Amino acid sequence: MGFNGTSPLLDQRGELRPEDFGAIRELSMNPIGDRIISAFFSPGKETVDFASFVRILAHFHPTETSRSRDGVQPEPANSRTRKLKFAFQLYDQDRDGKISREELLQVLRTMLEMQVTEEQLQSIAERAIQEADLDQDDAISFDEFRKSLEKVDIDHKMSIRFLS
Amino acid sequence: MTWFTFPGDNLLCRCLGISITAWLTLLFVFIIVPAVLGVSFGIRRLYMRTLLKIFAWATSRMEMGAKEKNQQLHKPYSNGIIAKESPSSLQQELQELRGSASCPRSEPEFEMADIFYFCRRGVESILDDEVTKRFSAQELESWNLLTRSNYNFRHISLRLTVLWGLGVLIRYGILLPLRVTLAITGISLLVVLTTLVGFLPNRELRFYLSEKVHLMCFRICVRALTAIITYHNRENKPKNGGICVSNHTTPIDVIILANDGCYSMVGQVHGGLMGMMQRAMVKSSPHIWFERSEVKDRHLVAKRLSDHVADKTKQPILIFPEGTCINNTSVMMFKKGSFEIACTVYPVAIKYDPRFGDAFWNSSKFGLVNYLLRMMSSWAIVCSVWYLPPMNREEGEDAMQFANRVKAAIAAQGGLVDLIWDGGLKRAKVKDAFKEEQQKLYSKVLVGEQDEGEQSDDMHLEDENQEEDENPEDESNQDSTKGQ
Repeated sequence: MGFNGTSPLLDQRGELRPEDFGAIRELSMNPIGDRIISAFFSPGKETVDFASFVRILAHFHPTETSRSRDGVQPEPANSRTRKLKFAFQLYDQDRDGKISREELLQVLRTMLEMQVTEEQLQSIAERAIQEADLDQDDAISFDEFRKSLEKVDIDHKMSIRFLS
Repeated sequence: MTWFTFPGDNLLCRCLGISITAWLTLLFVFIIVPAVLGVSFGIRRLYMRTLLKIFAWATSRMEMGAKEKNQQLHKPYSNGIIAKESPSSLQQELQELRGSASCPRSEPEFEMADIFYFCRRGVESILDDEVTKRFSAQELESWNLLTRSNYNFRHISLRLTVLWGLGVLIRYGILLPLRVTLAITGISLLVVLTTLVGFLPNRELRFYLSEKVHLMCFRICVRALTAIITYHNRENKPKNGGICVSNHTTPIDVIILANDGCYSMVGQVHGGLMGMMQRAMVKSSPHIWFERSEVKDRHLVAKRLSDHVADKTKQPILIFPEGTCINNTSVMMFKKGSFEIACTVYPVAIKYDPRFGDAFWNSSKFGLVNYLLRMMSSWAIVCSVWYLPPMNREEGEDAMQFANRVKAAIAAQGGLVDLIWDGGLKRAKVKDAFKEEQQKLYSKVLVGEQDEGEQSDDMHLEDENQEEDENPEDESNQDSTKGQ
């Protein structure tokens, strides 16, 4: 794995830019493709080097079932919490730790674009916030996000198995 | 000093003269005469077997070297680096996500977990997407002693380096000049002889001779590339009044097919050497060349092709419906233009063996001349050609479905992956229609199907929006002329 040999992101510089991701055809088809691309880049930086690339991809490693040591090592990148955090950041673009109503609307807009009306978007966003927002501050914090996804099998849905 | 060098000079000249004569005689006897007569001594197959033995030896040396250093030998994964789950639809995946999350609700609505589906698909695409890797050369599992195929092969010992050096000498010193000579001979003969044949008044004689001339010149060209071709199922060879379609990997495909039968070629008029060849060829045989302006006019193209197939005395047309060169691991979308013409289609599958030299023309990386030089300095071009049984459009099948059926047959025979993606993506960006398709599917999950009688007050709005004809395959309106 990695962009030296098998990744289609050919490059000689040792770094990737957002345009390089744009060359991946299947990614252009994904409604939230742009958000996924920007998830690889730290805020303010325009390039990502190989080490950071791998670190982000590590989030998608399947979680090991047996963990003998707990609390001694720093939390691994592919833990449930980290996967949730990655998804949270797809919503929370300004990284203020909360998904505001506006941010939610933005995500819905990119995922649905011309297929629904503005009113429908508003009502969907309204319902979603009402359900998840427990402390009634009109925004979804990371804990509220985590709570609403308690029963989802994240390990399976957010993991990619690498062939070796 | 003059009295010293003079006899030396004479000797040198004589040696050179003898060697050149010997060389040309060998060339003539072993290559040109068989090409003219259509026989083969079997030298090329012997060469191929020897090379395979050498490659196997080279790989085992590399593995030994790797073992000594306790490292793994790098082997590129031809089947992809991630395990892709069996493709399930967007609806199914989202049901699974939601089913595990909360109790089913009466009306479908947005769940925060939905984003996981898109997120994972996106990252999978980044790691290994089906389309982009088809536009670069296929990676080999073992090294074939060509630097250009060396992707990360390490542990190359001294012996291997010597062998490689020897290979370079042989390829560039002996094989390349030989092949270039042959190519020049072949092309000049083609141009001269077809022009001459074009002057003959008698139609029958002209047809007969033009067939022979074309075959002979293409056979010389095949030897110029050291192409070792195996034809399968020759009883299915295309007949007059039909269209022959094939997957496209390189411009050499034409030579490979024309080596075994006579076809009418289709293409754009070029300038320079190609243009000269085109003009000469069309004098003796009815090839179809289009001016650049005519290419855009689909009706004109269709009419000329139909007229050609209607005339049963004319040879079958050769068309590459992908429209561009793909790297021979997959077959991409066929443009439907050539399948709209009402006639029999003869599918042909061509599969190159990449161990001897990669035949794929990456036109964004190399120009044509550069590409041909690379071809001529590889070991050989080994390929298999399968003639598939003829197919006709069935009742109730439209051109696109017919095209897909033919494509599936070719992919199955050649052992290639059958993709729906358009080869035009080599140069173009993905059309927004694909993204909209995904958005449409997702909105169906959220807001409900068109006919399900959802009582929301704005149903009439979004349903009308979805009525646009979103068939992505119709978007590409290019015609089916063979091109890059």
